[in-house]
Amino acid sequence: MNLLDIFKPEHRQTLRYQVVLLGGVALLTSAVMGIADRLTRTDIANRQMEDLQATLQQVIPAGYYDNELVRDTATIQDGERSVVVYRARKAGQVQAVCYQVSAPGYGNTAIAIIMGVDRNGTLLGTRIVSHNETPGLGDKIELSKSDWILSFTGRSLSNPSPEKWAVKKDGGVFDQFTGATITPRAVVKAVKGGLEFFAAHRAALLDEAEPVTGAKP
Amino acid sequence: MNDYRSIFTEGLWGNNVVFAQMLALCPLMAVTTTATNGLGMGLATTGVLLASNVVIASCRNFITPDVRIPVFVLLIASLVTLADMAINAWLHELYKVLGLFIPLIVVNCSVLGRAEAFASKQPVSASAVDGLAMGLGYTLALIIIGGCREILGSATLFAHASLLLGDGFAFLETTLIPHYKGFLLMLLPPGGFLVLGFLLAGKRAMERRVQQRKERARSADLQYGHCRVP
Repeated sequence: MNLLDIFKPEHRQTLRYQVVLLGGVALLTSAVMGIADRLTRTDIANRQMEDLQATLQQVIPAGYYDNELVRDTATIQDGERSVVVYRARKAGQVQAVCYQVSAPGYGNTAIAIIMGVDRNGTLLGTRIVSHNETPGLGDKIELSKSDWILSFTGRSLSNPSPEKWAVKKDGGVFDQFTGATITPRAVVKAVKGGLEFFAAHRAALLDEAEPVTGAKP
Repeated sequence: MNDYRSIFTEGLWGNNVVFAQMLALCPLMAVTTTATNGLGMGLATTGVLLASNVVIASCRNFITPDVRIPVFVLLIASLVTLADMAINAWLHELYKVLGLFIPLIVVNCSVLGRAEAFASKQPVSASAVDGLAMGLGYTLALIIIGGCREILGSATLFAHASLLLGDGFAFLETTLIPHYKGFLLMLLPPGGFLVLGFLLAGKRAMERRVQQRKERARSADLQYGHCRVP
C-alpha cells in the first residue's frame, strides 16, 4: 500500500486522512507565515523606525541636532521605571533629549506622551503618542483635534512656578476642556513629572559625567 | 446558482452581510465613527473575503466535513495575518489608518460564514464573485452607517479620506456645518446601535411596501383578469 493512498477519495472518511489534512494545513500555513515574516520583517522595522523618527522630529526642532536621533539612545533608571531617552546632539554635545512619559487618564488607561526638553530644562514640544480618552471630550489632547498640547512649548519648571503647573480649575495656567477635566489634569501632571525627571537626572540625560556648575536645572 | 449577476446582487443587497444576514456587527460598531473608517475597513474585509473564498473553493474537494471548521479558521487567520504584515510593510501610510482594524477582520464571522455557506460548495469563479459582492455589500453598509454617524456626530463627511485614499480624494472631505459642537452619543457605541436600528427598520418598511404593492397588483389581476373564478 502506497503512503499517498490516503489521498484517494475512498479514504476521505478515515481518521488518518483527517489528521493528515489538518496537520498539513497547519504546517503549510505556518510555513507561509514564516516566509511572510522573513520577507516583511526588515521593512516593518524600517517603517516603525521612520514613524519614531517622525514623532521625535515633532518634539525636537531640526536645528537642535546633526545626529541620527533614533539611534542615539540611553536607558535611565528612575526608581522602578526605566526610561528610554533619545539624545539630540550637535557636534557631539547633547542639545536636547526626548523621552516618553505616561499618565493615567480617564478610566485609568494610559496616555503616552512624548516630550522634548532642551539643555536648560525648557520644553521644546510635547505630543500625545497614544491614548484611550473619550472621543469628542478627552481627545482634544491630540494635535489633530485641538492645539491645546502646544501650550506646553516653552514651559519649564520655573515657568510657570510649580504651584501653577495645573489646569485653570485647580488654580493653574493650563486650559481644561468643557466636560473633560481629568484628561488635561493628568497630562499636565505627567508633563510636570517629566520635567522633574529631567531635573533629577540632568547629568545622566545630557551624557555629562560631571554636572555643569552653575547651570540651572 | 451559476448566474453571476444574481450572486452579485444577492451579495451587494438582497443578502447583505449587515442588513440581511446581520453578521459582523461587532467590527461594524467599532469602526464606523466616520465614513472613511468604514470605507477602509470595508475594503480590507473585501480583500480578505475574496481571498478566503477563492482559497477555500479551490481546496473544497480535499476538505472533509468533519474537520472543515478548523481548516477554514486556519486558512482565514493566515490570510488576515498575511494582509496585516503586507500592508504594514509595503503600504505603511494605509496601515497607520487601518492598522487597528485589520486584526479585527479575523473575528468577522461573515468571512467564515461565506466559507461555510458558499465557497465550500461552489466553484472558484462563483466563490470569487460571491466574496467580492459580499465584501462590497459590507463596505456599502459600513459607509452608510459611518456616514450617518459622522454627519450626526461631527457634521463632516469622509473626514481624513485623503489619508486613506491619497491626496487625489481630498475633494471627498466635506464639512457640513462649520463650528459644529458635536453630538457625542453618535460617535460612541450607542450611536452605532441607534443608526443600525433605524436603517434596518427603514429597509423593512421599504421591503414591506414593495411587497404590498406587488400583492395588490396580483389581486387586481385575479379579480379583473382572465382567471376570474365563476
